[in-house]
Amino acid sequence: MSVIAVGPAAAIAGAGYRRWATYRQAAIAGVFVNTVFGVIKLSILLGIADSAGGTVAGYDAASLSTYAWVSQGLIAVVMIFIWTELSDRVRTGDIAVDLARPVDLQLSWLAADIGRAAWAMLSRAVVPIVFGAIFFGFHWPTDPTAIVLLPVSILLAVCVSFACRFMVNLTAFWLTEVRGLVLLYVLVSGVLGGHLVPVQLFPDWLQAAAYVTPFPAMIQFPINLVTGQATGLRAVAEVAAQVAWAAGLLLLGRLVLSRATRKLVVQGG
Amino acid sequence: MQAYHALVRSRVAAQASYRASFGIELGTQVLLVLIEFVEVYVVFHQVDSLGGFDFAEVAVMYGLSAVGFGMADMVVGHVDRLPFYVRTGTFDAFLLRPLSALGQLVTSDFSLRRLGRIGSGVVVLVIALAAADIDWTPARALLVLVTPVAGGIIFGAVFVATCTIGFHVVEGMEFANALTYGGNYLSSFPFTIFGTFIRRFFTFVVPAAFVAYLPTLALLGRSDPAGLPTWLSWSALPVSLLAAAAAWWIWRLGLRHYVGAGS
Repeated sequence: MSVIAVGPAAAIAGAGYRRWATYRQAAIAGVFVNTVFGVIKLSILLGIADSAGGTVAGYDAASLSTYAWVSQGLIAVVMIFIWTELSDRVRTGDIAVDLARPVDLQLSWLAADIGRAAWAMLSRAVVPIVFGAIFFGFHWPTDPTAIVLLPVSILLAVCVSFACRFMVNLTAFWLTEVRGLVLLYVLVSGVLGGHLVPVQLFPDWLQAAAYVTPFPAMIQFPINLVTGQATGLRAVAEVAAQVAWAAGLLLLGRLVLSRATRKLVVQGG
Repeated sequence: MQAYHALVRSRVAAQASYRASFGIELGTQVLLVLIEFVEVYVVFHQVDSLGGFDFAEVAVMYGLSAVGFGMADMVVGHVDRLPFYVRTGTFDAFLLRPLSALGQLVTSDFSLRRLGRIGSGVVVLVIALAAADIDWTPARALLVLVTPVAGGIIFGAVFVATCTIGFHVVEGMEFANALTYGGNYLSSFPFTIFGTFIRRFFTFVVPAAFVAYLPTLALLGRSDPAGLPTWLSWSALPVSLLAAAAAWWIWRLGLRHYVGAGS
């Protein structure tokens, strides 16, 4: 396995971008659905704030709105829903072709995923956030540290999410049908990552459980930089945690991959 | 009818033959409802009431919606594969057979694994009903039994009506999710927290309010703060039949628009 060079990585990322940019109608439909769910999610959150007397766990109406719309906007960017492209290739045997290519399997898929995320950022994230800002109010980040770290944090969230999805998909080497496992992963990561309700609203035990998983690093941490829940040192600490999760999980993924390929038997033909 | 019976039986037999895989999927569906319920739990960890309803009352709505949606998903949820059949040209085969196209589409699968979702929905519902302050009468007991069926018919109608998007556009099926999954999400919560437009749309256009919120008002003997008449709270079943008729009409409309893949 050769380590991927900058040139090919950029080319793969570009291809990932163009591949997803082809499906405009699907992107429009996706934006519409994310926006409708955003309205429902925000109604529930504002209902909580209303009963709690205006603010809940440090969130006021404007920052709840920000949370709801940024979390909806990031769905497609971080790809927190079902993703089985890699496991499909394992099941069909196409993975053998990928392994034969002169590029690193994990890093080339990561590059393609970053390209995909760049397209999602421009197409799927912008509309719900602008819609929310116009109709429901928005808390624009003011802390300079948070503003500077935001793009880095989103990129790291994509890396952490990819590293997790990569490993979940690799289980297809051992299990033939991974659909149930992938669905379970999507549900658990979404809830613990703070996609339905902000992690700060969880009871203590559930917060503790969430913070030992990488899931808040995929969803809650980048949102915290926008809502103002993380500023200054706290922002730096959360991004540092994202770096640690991304590096650790990508390395773990390489280990799983090497175990998996040792198990791989490809039918000739 | 006999042909449909044979079709469904073969789908069920096919799923039951892969036991381990089926077991995992069934278990996942059980967990699905419980994991999503975490949201309701977190809400009531923060506050004692949401939109004027307490934990048990919102849990009743959540349970009714989960059971209704689970039944619709099991029986007709897979109609969202229509665009796939249209795109690949295999829908033409549906039209050649001496059975209704919609009937064949509905019996093209029978997702037995959704029994898991229905099962945990029933558990949530029963516990919530026991905990909620309900003055039981024979009429209310009957309403509890009828409501999940009506909810299933309403969501089934939404599934069928929205899948016809596949007759009109190639890559727009995701639009349907806003009404199917979005409808399920929204109907699990009291409508008092939603804005006027959403409340009206999901009452009179897509009758999601009749799945859980309005029947729960009837169970609790409360009236709608937004001023809907009380008799509407008891009308889930007739409304679901109206929705089914509307869905059938929308399906006919889409089918008439369909011109084939040119194969």
